[in-house]
Amino acid sequence: MYYLYIVTALAVLISFIVSREKTLKAIRIAAKRFINILPAFLTMIILVSVVLFLIPDKVISNYLGSNNKFIGVLFASFLGSITLMPGFIAFPLCGILLKKGVLYMVLAAFTTTLMMVGVLTYPIEKEYFGIRVTIIRNTMSFFIALVAAVVIGVFFGEIF
Amino acid sequence: MKRDNIVKIVSISGYAIFLILSWIFSFNPGKEIGINFITFSIDMLKILPCAFILIGLFEVWVKRETVEKHFGEESGIRGYVWAVLLAGTTVGGLYIAFPVAYSLYTKGAKLSVIFAYVGAAAICRVPMAIFEASFLGIKFTAIRLLVSLPLVIVTSILLGDYLTKRNYKIVAGK
Repeated sequence: MYYLYIVTALAVLISFIVSREKTLKAIRIAAKRFINILPAFLTMIILVSVVLFLIPDKVISNYLGSNNKFIGVLFASFLGSITLMPGFIAFPLCGILLKKGVLYMVLAAFTTTLMMVGVLTYPIEKEYFGIRVTIIRNTMSFFIALVAAVVIGVFFGEIF
Repeated sequence: MKRDNIVKIVSISGYAIFLILSWIFSFNPGKEIGINFITFSIDMLKILPCAFILIGLFEVWVKRETVEKHFGEESGIRGYVWAVLLAGTTVGGLYIAFPVAYSLYTKGAKLSVIFAYVGAAAICRVPMAIFEASFLGIKFTAIRLLVSLPLVIVTSILLGDYLTKRNYKIVAGK
């Protein structure tokens, strides 16, 4: 996280030394874009706050440990699609689940959909790309995640 | 458009009132949702201002020709390589990738390249991949990347071509 602050501070500083006007213009553009997209972010955060309450970690652990591995993968990709959590929560959770005996392919389905498919980021994505493209991109991402999960299942000897 | 706005304002204020009442009457589910809202907002506020300032600097300093050359119609395979490299250094997640992609697009990047960027930013941010590998193993992360990254690029090309044929344009003004 800190490297983001350092990079931003350095970039602003250098830009300011080279041209004061351009830097101020950049800040104005930044502010304008930020304010324009803020309502969409607010919608997303509201959705996240409700969904994380409805689907806490415990529920995720219970469903991913399902006996049937293909149902496990489907559940995992479904949960991963409709939730949004930062990596520093998601990966430790996966580490715990792995020790509990949850299959690699199930975890792959969960993490990949978590990263690629954004039902909760829909309000933001549609502002930029439009509704149709947002739906196409997310559907394709969902299937990419399934393929990745199956290949991981094969390589870890969980399918054959 | 206007009715949409009214619906938005009503539901957001309904949500706010629900949270406030939950605090007053110690309604636990409402309190938990409130805490989720606050933690997530703080998380976002740690990243968003920096991300947008960098976008602003990019808009001011990077020439259109440069973006066109490396990410545009003529860029060929290099465009995707650049997209993946840029994605590797992206922070946050999809929600940061969208405004960055939009900025690239307005400077002349082609559609398939920005979709590749968005997809790659989701799956191969370097700090995240390292973190993932430390919990799930290098083998897991390596296979996941080797399978999903080519698929992301191929589907981005298909989607980009399809949309270009249909004369799709990303709407300006955001």
